[in-house]
Amino acid sequence: MYAVRLWSVRRARALEIVYRYAEKLFLILYPVFNAIGFERCEKPVAFVERNVKGFLFDCQMCGQCALSSTGMSCSMNCPKELRNGPCGGVRANGHCEVKPEMRCVWVAAHSGSQRMKNGSQILNVQHVVDRRLLGRSSWLREIQNLKSQQLSNK
Amino acid sequence: MYFDDEPLPGGELSILPGHYSPGRFERVLRSGAFAVTAELAPPDSADPEDVYLRARIFDGYVDAINATDGSGANCHMSSVGVCALLTRVGYSTIMQLSCRDRNRIAMQGDILGAAAMGVSNLLCLTGDGVQAGDQPGAKPVFDLDCMSLLSTATKMREESVFLSGRKLTMPPRIFLGGAANPFAPPLDFRVDRLAKKVAAGAQFVQTQYCYDIPLLERYMQGVRDQGLDEKVFIIVGVGPLASARAASWIRDNVPGVHIPDAVINRLKGAEKQKMEGKKLCIELMQKIREIKGVHGVHVMAYRQEESVAEIVDASGVLEDRVPWYPNRNINDDNMRVAQ
Repeated sequence: MYAVRLWSVRRARALEIVYRYAEKLFLILYPVFNAIGFERCEKPVAFVERNVKGFLFDCQMCGQCALSSTGMSCSMNCPKELRNGPCGGVRANGHCEVKPEMRCVWVAAHSGSQRMKNGSQILNVQHVVDRRLLGRSSWLREIQNLKSQQLSNK
Repeated sequence: MYFDDEPLPGGELSILPGHYSPGRFERVLRSGAFAVTAELAPPDSADPEDVYLRARIFDGYVDAINATDGSGANCHMSSVGVCALLTRVGYSTIMQLSCRDRNRIAMQGDILGAAAMGVSNLLCLTGDGVQAGDQPGAKPVFDLDCMSLLSTATKMREESVFLSGRKLTMPPRIFLGGAANPFAPPLDFRVDRLAKKVAAGAQFVQTQYCYDIPLLERYMQGVRDQGLDEKVFIIVGVGPLASARAASWIRDNVPGVHIPDAVINRLKGAEKQKMEGKKLCIELMQKIREIKGVHGVHVMAYRQEESVAEIVDASGVLEDRVPWYPNRNINDDNMRVAQ
């Protein structure tokens, strides 16, 4: 929902903290997911993720969530699916070139990122999207990545 | 002007040490000269002569010609086609490649094809939304964005592989560029976005129309503070406005063009608005040339292409330099450029 999406960006700092704790919780739950099997968890987790993030961010389930690098503004709501910043067509009032009634996703992202502690992640270049991941859970992918990072750091 | 290792028209210059492309445009920029580029309006025609006619009017006044790729989401001859024709006779082209109409398979193929035809410069763009053009029912693709297109092209050139990792037997030797709009919100993010483009591989940028010098100066201050002017050549977009009415229309209907009220009022007050528009453009070019860190101007004279030569000449930004063009007199020593 558009209004909730804007609300979420205004609370980017709080959501960043929630995300940090959720990440820890997921890491604790890693053995559970592992025991059940990540592929078997995919559907139910993706269902929860779609609904939670759909409500808060109008998440499009690209499967490779970059919210923490985009000021908690889902960049897949940009009609051009820009993942690296605003295009040159942003209107003087900060609204979208394609959808004049919508605030530019990246104007929102920039203001969200300035509220966040790790907001400077918005400066990282996001590389190409893997379209095969559409509809899949990025939470499960993320904990698998975190776990393998943990293991390689040891 | 011509270089010591001048090839036959359509042939390639050698790639100098520290250069990435065999093109004239990169050479002009790296020689420290103030570059002039212009935008060619691609014809709605299958006649090659229509392309040559449109290029010829720039002869002797521009260092490279931008071939637009369905600009404003309107259908025209493709940028690949225009560039193929122009490179045949030796013109230096900047091929625009927009993410709106093709997926990554098509775009990587076009990059190879263009490089094989002698295109040395690529401008990676996101592209206007399809709603802006004459085919609003089209499917917008946007598989990549301008940034991931830049990083893809860089990967192809530097690692000699496709995105998939499959090897290229000959990488494209292209000078890579992007677009920048210092005049659209969020203004505070625009310099950071340029830094991202540089990180993704941009070696030059061409900006949106500049009608607001103070705003450009503020942007360039930010650019210099981050040292970006040392890493990327910045070519500022300019263009003559035909009348106050045209200016108001552009401001309201063309995405991303910022025209201050003062500019429109100045045109309104002028007796001959078209003349005043050219005069304003010339003044802007002269002011832009003085800004530290700006390496050239990009003249976009939509529907006034015939006035580009006159404007560039009057502005004096080229000083005594005469850019290369087909059939120029190569025995004229004034046109020679020391390596």
